[in-house]
Amino acid sequence: MTDETALLSPSAAGPKRPAAEGGGRGRSGQVWRSRRYRWDLRWSPYAFVAPFFLFFAVFGLFPLLYTGWAALHQVELTDPDAMTWVGLRNFTRLWDDEFFWNALRNTVTIGLLSTVPQLAIALGVAHLLNYRLRGSAFFRVAVLTPYATSVAAATLVFVLLFGRDYGMINWALSAVGLGAVDWQNGTFASQLAVSTIVIWRWTGYNALIYLAAMQAVPGELYESAALDGASRWQQFLHVTVPSLRPTILFTCVVSTIGATQLFGEPLLFNGGAGATGGSDHQFQTLGLYLYEQGWVNLHLGRASAIAWAMFLILLLIAGAARLLRGRGDSR
Amino acid sequence: MRTLRAGRLTYVVLGLFTAGSLFPLVWTAIAASRTNTRLAQTPPPFWFGGNLGRNLQIAWTDANMGTALLNTVIVAGTVTVGTVLFSTLAGFAFAKLRFRGRRMLMALVVGTMLIPPQLSVVPLYMLIAKLSWTDRLQAVVLPSLVCAFGVFFMRQYLVHALPTELVEAARTDGASSLRVMWHVVFPAARPAMAVLGMLTFVMSWNDFFWPIVALTQNGSPTVQVALTGLGRGYIPDQSVIMAGALLGTLPLLLVFLVFGRQIVGGIMQGAVKG
Repeated sequence: MTDETALLSPSAAGPKRPAAEGGGRGRSGQVWRSRRYRWDLRWSPYAFVAPFFLFFAVFGLFPLLYTGWAALHQVELTDPDAMTWVGLRNFTRLWDDEFFWNALRNTVTIGLLSTVPQLAIALGVAHLLNYRLRGSAFFRVAVLTPYATSVAAATLVFVLLFGRDYGMINWALSAVGLGAVDWQNGTFASQLAVSTIVIWRWTGYNALIYLAAMQAVPGELYESAALDGASRWQQFLHVTVPSLRPTILFTCVVSTIGATQLFGEPLLFNGGAGATGGSDHQFQTLGLYLYEQGWVNLHLGRASAIAWAMFLILLLIAGAARLLRGRGDSR
Repeated sequence: MRTLRAGRLTYVVLGLFTAGSLFPLVWTAIAASRTNTRLAQTPPPFWFGGNLGRNLQIAWTDANMGTALLNTVIVAGTVTVGTVLFSTLAGFAFAKLRFRGRRMLMALVVGTMLIPPQLSVVPLYMLIAKLSWTDRLQAVVLPSLVCAFGVFFMRQYLVHALPTELVEAARTDGASSLRVMWHVVFPAARPAMAVLGMLTFVMSWNDFFWPIVALTQNGSPTVQVALTGLGRGYIPDQSVIMAGALLGTLPLLLVFLVFGRQIVGGIMQGAVKG
């Protein structure tokens, strides 16, 4: 142990080494050692990154490519080995499938309903957390707590809170003189409810990301803004928000990716009724539709086609974000 | 840095937001301590009742929550150890070692972060079906054992936290790569490893999409899969469902109570550097 730690500091190890190797195996041993040493230097980096790429190849890259292949076949869950070539039929079928377009529409509206308020509230909360606060550690941890809750647990609670007859939210609405809402069957109401679960779980997380970015904003910017007579609100608008633009864009992209994959909330918000996303598919998302096609209706080929459609949509969004950023930078 | 002191209004707004964040969790416990009949009455209960023990017991036995919890501990534990270990190895190589193809491989790692999990779920299912792994824990462990974010996170940390001279000094003394790893890299990386470990554990514990595809309630479910069984009304008792939800959440809440500050720090650190 001592001689191993000594290896870290050359001065301490220097005089010891000859003694350690002392006399002994002579020249051929030294040659072997130095060869092994060079070999180690050269190849160990690859050994260190190998586990990642090995697992990624098997469980990431291979499935990724194979999805494209499976999408061109008719494959049933009951017998995944029997694949019949159908060309682009899974895709043309999707094009004519009203449930696909319905799921796409729902994904967009639920995505907007959850992402926009989520990021706006997060920005505000981060701004408040950025003040010199008593108990700031408590607030930060408390705000992040929903992040530790699983989709399943969170959705089950919200199903109860959003209950039509005895739910607390409808009780509160009636108490202030507003009517009860049928949160599960109304199209907009159900999408709002599903979005609420997403907002609840992720706002605090995003607030902390914004807070981190805010703390990196140089104080002089605020001082000079204050000298120019900017109010706190103006400082927030003209100093904080512009400085945070890369972070805001980052969270937008991450939340959008998350929104396109929305699955657990709409699945469980449906109570016992399976993967349809409500009696009238009113909150069925693309992720849920993929699951229904693959694991309820057992059509793995069609599920693969939906997966590729989702990927293409993501690429479109990424491209749009890039364009937007490009335009913003040139301004 | 700005040190504006918070006004009273700040505390009020933050207090309200915090209450909104914590309320559903507290209410889970309240609902779990009541009876199903009481939950089907207005106004809804605002304080604890005396039925918690009974509900927990039913959830524990009927929904197999004990087994599910054990399975989840095994899965999340293994995934965490694997992710942290492999991320540190690869992160160190990318941060401090020179080798051919380094830039390209790192770009590949970052690129993989953008691939949505849905895109690989069908072939992944076919793969585990072929291996007869459906309903077995390795079906959820193995695909999650490495994580691009982890590699990225460790690389960012080690670039600054590990002095290159230290590695070179150890090299000059003839230390092998494994020794360098053990005596230089791991000690330097320990804080980041802890944070990555906690983040991975939380993520793995809460993972939903893939487990529900690969596991069923009849096989060896994780807590999340067992909870969907509860939600789908195998037990049509809301208070029992809430007891199950509480059982699935409590372990993580305890982790949060103990390590909350570090997890917050980790997320904020990852955000600035990311």
